[in-house]
Amino acid sequence: MRKVYHKIIHIAGNVITVEADDVSYNELAEVTSARGVSLAQVIRLADGKVSLQVFAGSRGISTGDQVRFLGREMQVSSSEALLGRVFTGRGTPRDGRPEVTSDMVDIGGPSVNPAKRIIPRNMIRTNIPMIDVFNTLVESQKLPIFSIAGEPYNELLARIALQAEVDVIVLGGMGLKYDDYLKFKNTLDEQGALSRTVMFIHTAADPTVECLMVPDMSLAVAEQFALEGKRVLALLTDMTNFADALKEIAITMEQIPATRGYPGDLYSQLASRYEKAVDFDSAGSITILAVTTMPGDDVTHPVPDNTGYITEGQFYLRHGRIEPFGSLSRLKQQVNGKTRPDHRAIMDSMIRLYSDYRSTLEKQSMGFQMSAWDKKLLKYGKLFEKNMMDLSVNISLEDALDLGWKILADCFDRNEVGIKTDLVEQYWPEAKK
Amino acid sequence: MAEGKKNTEKVVAVNGNMITIEFSDRVMQNEVAFAKVGGSNDVKLKSEVIRVRGNRADLQVFESTNGLKVGDEVEFTGELLSVELGPGLLTQVYDGLQNPLPLLAEKSGFFLQRGVYLRALDRETKWAFTPIAKVGDKVRPGDRIGSVPEGVVTHYIMVPFAWKGEWTLESVAPAGEYTVDEIMAVAVSDQGEKRNITMTQQWPVKIPISDYAEKLLPEKTLVTQQRTIDTFFPVAVGGTFCTPGPFGAGKTVLQHAISRYAEADVVIIAACGERAGEVVEILREFPELEDPRTGQPLINRSIIICNTSSMPVAAREASVYTAVTLAEYYRQMGLNTLLLADSTSRWAQALREMSGRLEEIPGEEAFPAYLESLIAGFYERAGLVRLRTGEIGSVTIGGAVSPAGGNFEEPVTQATLKVVGAFLGLSRERSDARRYPAIHPLDSWSKYKSVVDAKEVEFARGILRQGAEVNQMMKVIGEEGTSLADFIVYLKSEFLDYVYLQQNTFDNIDGASSAERQRYMFDRIYKVLTGSFSLPDKDTARSYFLNLRQMFMDLNYLAMDSREFKEQEAAIEAKIAERSTVNA
Repeated sequence: MRKVYHKIIHIAGNVITVEADDVSYNELAEVTSARGVSLAQVIRLADGKVSLQVFAGSRGISTGDQVRFLGREMQVSSSEALLGRVFTGRGTPRDGRPEVTSDMVDIGGPSVNPAKRIIPRNMIRTNIPMIDVFNTLVESQKLPIFSIAGEPYNELLARIALQAEVDVIVLGGMGLKYDDYLKFKNTLDEQGALSRTVMFIHTAADPTVECLMVPDMSLAVAEQFALEGKRVLALLTDMTNFADALKEIAITMEQIPATRGYPGDLYSQLASRYEKAVDFDSAGSITILAVTTMPGDDVTHPVPDNTGYITEGQFYLRHGRIEPFGSLSRLKQQVNGKTRPDHRAIMDSMIRLYSDYRSTLEKQSMGFQMSAWDKKLLKYGKLFEKNMMDLSVNISLEDALDLGWKILADCFDRNEVGIKTDLVEQYWPEAKK
Repeated sequence: MAEGKKNTEKVVAVNGNMITIEFSDRVMQNEVAFAKVGGSNDVKLKSEVIRVRGNRADLQVFESTNGLKVGDEVEFTGELLSVELGPGLLTQVYDGLQNPLPLLAEKSGFFLQRGVYLRALDRETKWAFTPIAKVGDKVRPGDRIGSVPEGVVTHYIMVPFAWKGEWTLESVAPAGEYTVDEIMAVAVSDQGEKRNITMTQQWPVKIPISDYAEKLLPEKTLVTQQRTIDTFFPVAVGGTFCTPGPFGAGKTVLQHAISRYAEADVVIIAACGERAGEVVEILREFPELEDPRTGQPLINRSIIICNTSSMPVAAREASVYTAVTLAEYYRQMGLNTLLLADSTSRWAQALREMSGRLEEIPGEEAFPAYLESLIAGFYERAGLVRLRTGEIGSVTIGGAVSPAGGNFEEPVTQATLKVVGAFLGLSRERSDARRYPAIHPLDSWSKYKSVVDAKEVEFARGILRQGAEVNQMMKVIGEEGTSLADFIVYLKSEFLDYVYLQQNTFDNIDGASSAERQRYMFDRIYKVLTGSFSLPDKDTARSYFLNLRQMFMDLNYLAMDSREFKEQEAAIEAKIAERSTVNA
């Protein structure tokens, strides 16, 4: 039996400090107070003093309450029994069914050896042209959706999850509104995907510290499935809440903030989670799709900014559409050379022309005379927005490419689109030749 | 240095990746120590002293500190953080502490198990040694004992740089095949001390190797085969450059292109705190790609230092020093080495994290006050040098910078700009418009020499500048308010942008443009830029230049010695003659 300590000398925010010895860094403890028993995790050792973050928060903890150290780190089950289940951030069932305690593994394990990774090579088809054609999603990619509150990011996440061909879906919800959680659950249930889904849900009403656990719990589970050869899609929403939880603990621990109150290690903290996305040499893969809400639609805010440097691209969701500018899939080059020979050319030239369309719009709004070229661009822009950008468009990549040629041919002459002549020869719609 | 000293001390505090110990003996700043998790010998975590106060010292731990306890033992080594130098470094993939990652994978599988440290060089490989020095020769540190062929380079076995004074060779191994640990020579000092020279030596990473006669002014262009760089913002052999840019602007793609095509003897890639996926691309592709200059796989001239963002932060800090030390080592063999660090901002962030844990008074954006001097010190390790043998060697350093929010006013970018010779600023507008490489043609600058004539480059930049002005003006007064002459300048600047500045990295031919091809193409384009054309109205002008643009773009995708190239050229000549008003 491990020793029980009674001497809590410091309580601030969600952090308590207790005098104890023989305690390991990152170890778990149980804090028993009048409110019940809560888990806590060691976050600093200094001489005889041990600081812990208390999962249920420090409210109601008295200086005489007992702290019992468990001699182990935070763990999660990795058994198949998790499928179809819903848990809280600390891993207790949220669905009223029994706990799963078999095959426990530590969370937040070490990084994958880069030598054991392989170059991603499989496209994930979503049937959304703005993704498939312009910013192809690739198996083992880590990609956030940058958005502001109110945009349908969770719906987009659910749609991609349902259409993607994966074996297991792990959903990590951080600071989710309760109805958002129910919506997710119902959507997955209706489409019959619940039986291949594991959920770790922290709702806005739950204690902050549990929010910090969600990505590690979700990704530890994802990793175990991937090691067994499964293709796993991990959905994390919303990572800005995770970063805010980090900030809260850092400030409580009196760390010097770097920018806007966030700790200096925000980049490393986010990276150690996102980098769990992997295509294993001779095993499965983890693809991470996350949501990062941008406070004030400001992409230079520390959370989206650091995220952008870590992830392999980003989708900007604005006014219910995936924006062509700024949205980027860094891995698209790995797969879009193997789909169809015209894929890259269509991708580049349509975006370039759309960018010209935007400047023409500006000119138009200032009341300038429209040249013949401007008129062509205006026609093009409208067609592009209606037939390609709209999120309700649900067509295969090949159909979308054909549609692209059709739009170009409807609006421009062959030498105006900036595509290599041999491709134009091959794909320019017959009627217009 | 207290050699052989091995005192053991105890942990008194753990805070993230920093531990504090209380010592009774003595410790040295930057000394390496091993913290034993749970006091056992099974897991020992490498760490480095970063501050001493009274009888306590703070150490940064290069691994996760989970499980460490107050009272756990810490073993000191009496040595500074060092790397092992010797034949076999090329083609290797190391982490920031020079652990060979593929070997580590063989030993511990998918994950980077902490506390496992392997030797950097292979102990079994035999190298064909040819002696240079003879018995009785007087040698100094850095003098060559012999050489072994290592892939594309001749690798010299040198008297360890760390030795002091003059030594007399008592024996030298005859030509033959040896492993790195065999004794190649025995040297005796004036005091009668006897030491062995093997193929390997140790050198502390944070101290520059300064065994050369003099530092020279970098003058020759380092051809990267990227048109915008070599023509407009060139990099010099032995110079420094930086590529700052917001995320998604193509920093890494540009760095990869440079690492492939740059005309350097040895390329060292330091992936410092960036994505693992990007390194994997290099790891898997470089063994397949052929270096056209040597006919050997690209990996044969490369060393990859890989400390990606999820690997321990303190090792990230060490990784750039490890990389530059290896670059300096190959420079000592009279080679031109190129170090590409992606990204130096992550290194600066590692410094910031540690500074925060040390509770130092923060500077701007919480970066430590000594950030500038550390950045300057790092870039100063680049240079063109004349070795004591008379040969010329160089270290060229290119650092990617990832400024927070894409704002170049931040401390890391500013500190870097002060010390580099070329600034290749990547811009969001250009990458949004898919104009790659997104190097901003007006904001960027270089102090080095271009591969084409400086006056012509200046003229071309003038066109770009005027074109940008006309474009701005057109946004205010509209196209109809712009004069035809101004409009043509704008069309010329767009033409230059599309057919010369933009380059398709993913195309085998367009991706690499030799200096010769650049001169040839620039000459053609210069004629268009300086030419005058009879174009009656704007619509005719636009369609004419769109046509020209298309023809030149097609030309960029053709091999220079091909028949199609000649045909396309003739077609272009004809097109130009159609409207040209100057008789050539």
